[in-house]
Amino acid sequence: MAAKKSVRSESGKVRRVVVVGGGLAGLTTVIKLCEAGVPVDLFSLVPVKRSHSVCAQGGINASVNTKGEGDSPQVHLEETVYGGDFLANQPPVRGMAEAAPGIVFMLDRMGVTFNRTPEGLLDFRRFGGTLFHRTAFAGATTGQQLLYALDEQVRRFETINVEDDQGVSIPGERMVRKFEFWDFLSLVMDDSGIARGIVAQDLKSMEIKAFSGDAICLATGGPGIVFGRSTNSVINTGTAAAAVYQQGACYANGEFIQVHPTAIPGADKLRLISESARGEGGRVWVPRDTKEKRPGRDVPENERDYFLEEKYPGYKNLVPRDIASRELFKKCFHDKRGIFNRRSEKNENEVYLDVTHIPKPTLRKKLAGILEIYEKFVGEDPYENPMRVFPAVHYSMGGLWVDFERSSTGSLVMGSPRNQATNIPGLYAAGEVDYQYHGANRLGANSLLSCIWGGMVAGPAIASYVRNLNSSSYDLPASLLEKAEIRERDKYEGILKMDGSENPYQVHAELGEMMLVDCTIERHNATLDGVLAKIEELTDRANKVNVLDTSAHSNQPAQFTRHMFNMLTLARVIAQGARNRDESRGAHFKPDFPERNDAEWLRTTLALHKPGAGNHHTIHYARSLDYELAGQRVHVTDEVDISLVKPRPRKYEQAGAANTAAKSVAKQSLAPLPTGR
Amino acid sequence: MSEKKVRLKIRRQDSANAKGTRRWEEFEVPWKPQMNVISALMEIQKNPVTTSGGKTTPVVWESSCLEEVCGACTMVVNGKVRQSCTALVDQLAPNGQTITLEPMSKFPLVRDLIVDRARMFDALKRVHAWIEVDGSHELGPGPRQSQENQEETYPLSRCMTCGCCLEACPQINDSSEFIGPHAISQVRLFNLHPSGKMHATDRLSTLMSDGGIGDCGKAMNCQEVCPKEIPLVDSIAQVSRAVTKQMLFGWLLK
Repeated sequence: MAAKKSVRSESGKVRRVVVVGGGLAGLTTVIKLCEAGVPVDLFSLVPVKRSHSVCAQGGINASVNTKGEGDSPQVHLEETVYGGDFLANQPPVRGMAEAAPGIVFMLDRMGVTFNRTPEGLLDFRRFGGTLFHRTAFAGATTGQQLLYALDEQVRRFETINVEDDQGVSIPGERMVRKFEFWDFLSLVMDDSGIARGIVAQDLKSMEIKAFSGDAICLATGGPGIVFGRSTNSVINTGTAAAAVYQQGACYANGEFIQVHPTAIPGADKLRLISESARGEGGRVWVPRDTKEKRPGRDVPENERDYFLEEKYPGYKNLVPRDIASRELFKKCFHDKRGIFNRRSEKNENEVYLDVTHIPKPTLRKKLAGILEIYEKFVGEDPYENPMRVFPAVHYSMGGLWVDFERSSTGSLVMGSPRNQATNIPGLYAAGEVDYQYHGANRLGANSLLSCIWGGMVAGPAIASYVRNLNSSSYDLPASLLEKAEIRERDKYEGILKMDGSENPYQVHAELGEMMLVDCTIERHNATLDGVLAKIEELTDRANKVNVLDTSAHSNQPAQFTRHMFNMLTLARVIAQGARNRDESRGAHFKPDFPERNDAEWLRTTLALHKPGAGNHHTIHYARSLDYELAGQRVHVTDEVDISLVKPRPRKYEQAGAANTAAKSVAKQSLAPLPTGR
Repeated sequence: MSEKKVRLKIRRQDSANAKGTRRWEEFEVPWKPQMNVISALMEIQKNPVTTSGGKTTPVVWESSCLEEVCGACTMVVNGKVRQSCTALVDQLAPNGQTITLEPMSKFPLVRDLIVDRARMFDALKRVHAWIEVDGSHELGPGPRQSQENQEETYPLSRCMTCGCCLEACPQINDSSEFIGPHAISQVRLFNLHPSGKMHATDRLSTLMSDGGIGDCGKAMNCQEVCPKEIPLVDSIAQVSRAVTKQMLFGWLLK
């Protein structure tokens, strides 16, 4: 009998796992699988080195406590959970906080060019929602450096051969095979609903092909492009998540969308100016006088309103993003205190983010990457003039629902096949595409961490799932793949035949504009009803688009048309989730329901897809889920695991409010510590 | 008052083999504040009609981050190779001049403004542009490094594999196998790392072979066009010295 653990299937084929997405989460999953001896087929929309993780700027959190502040993983756990307004399941967060120092050390060993202290140690800076120096960084392009380090390790696995069960290398079979410029279309599922592979499309030749996989991991990032312009890369349409959602995967907490307080407004995208600008001492302000027309640097100190510092003396400019964004929004929209813009010659919805008081050598060493972006896109010198910024959609706390197995000590059981498993057996998810680690609001510099940690958990979980599979996907009849291929080819042919009067890019632009205005910082039920009605109307118009291009090479409009439908699907999940949740929690804020309501809403939103006619779907909101894993029935509910930190109201006005464990030391850490030279 | 327009002249070709479809197309799109070349291309998607009123397909191009950290959107803008996301319309055409867009010429064409840069990633494989870690499991902190070392390596680690340096390099042509400045600079980066150093000779030996560092013609165009201002000339000089040392004295070290 071919052992279950064998690298080959019964029919002699090399058994592989399919990973979709080559950002931090996907690459980490690949590395962990390879180290466990499991070969991988890696699919990505772009060369993996160009994944959206490159955009992360400020850094990665790890409570290494090198500054003598008394920081610890326990404090990191508490502050993450508190920052997330208690909606995150706590054992996975604990696992992440405990693993964080090891993750940063691993990245350091892989050659990430982290900033250093004079003693040659890793330097750490402050970020939002904490008083501790917990964020390791490589200039202000940390995501880029982290992505490159993992990309390099995966490239190494591309040169290494698969070994058979006797340890003999199999010629021509590399541990990693990359499929770059491929678009994920759907899962291949067998009759019992188990994911057995994927169908994908080559974006150059437009060929549609099905691939076997003993398990599939989606690490496809967030859906920022649903909001039109955001801080996200143009590839972040959420298309893969939307596709598996329509195949039965549960989408959780979709309504929780993070709006980052500081971005540069732009015609094509809203470019992020990292929270690290404030972590290094940057200050947010507007002139006290709305008629003020002088350039920011000429406004005297006593005529400036440092409104975050005034209202939140505890955390000042480093309150969590949901709070900072609401305050900026209020300043501009409700109080009409936006600053004067010399180009448009009127007051715009912008505030100052000022780093001009920080010594230039410090700025160059620690923030050059973001200041360069500001300089290049705005054409002003941020070393001399305060930057002009406004909030922008940035991150989705919600995503594919994934499971976890809690250990008796309240952490994760590493290697449990339940970890990072979706409710479709054989389908896993990691990174921004999952919903697991951030609750109702993500703390800055926790995203790089949760992506890598998600991959570190998913890798062993998948390896364990694959080892216990009764039959390999590679031994199933070829007709399974063929059927899935034909289904997707028919769908694509259908798109190529669309010759209506609507333009897919225009339909998407209207969707994005509406979602941005009506479904972000402040949400009103009447408006959301309008949003949902408009999504139906846009779906009707989407059904009447003209595909614009029918060619068989690099047909981007046809691909975009597919993504447009998937974005409409996710928009519905986001807006309906927001409509339903009558409370305010983290990034989800309803002025008509301003309080958090734990009695009714301390629970996960679980959205399941119900198909309808003509791309009009409905959503079923479940209170529990049942799924099969390795012959076992797993039952989970929407209850949040709050076993480690008891929920309490968030109060960032007071220093140290985010954690109880380290309150006494937190006071000391208020004084800025000398870092670097 | 007539609406302000942005004029674009774009080199197009339907696919690698369809040489007969090679052509220029001109477009006029509505101007917006803070517009870059990408947002102008996005306007063409919304209304794919040429200046002369002919219906056409939307122009295709590669892009991802739109803030010059991913390297995807490299193309030749007004004759100069660069990322099109940072190519601001008001700077390129303050008086409404026509902006010319072409694909890079040193890579195989895919379609319109898209080229195939696979050779750059292959080069990274050939020079072993990675640290030979024992594994991703917990092994404690990495080696300590001085601030000076970090300040030397950080700029090198910002290479986006965007292709500007290869496009500008006269040594990259049909009759040469030159590996390219980007890969040489990566050798410098990894050979500066305390544990990367342990495998320095592997990387250097690749650069001793055909298409290696000997093929650099010292035109120094690479550094001039690098969007991240990576000191590529310096990298080539330093790696070149290390290669020479290795060639002359390598046998003594064995």
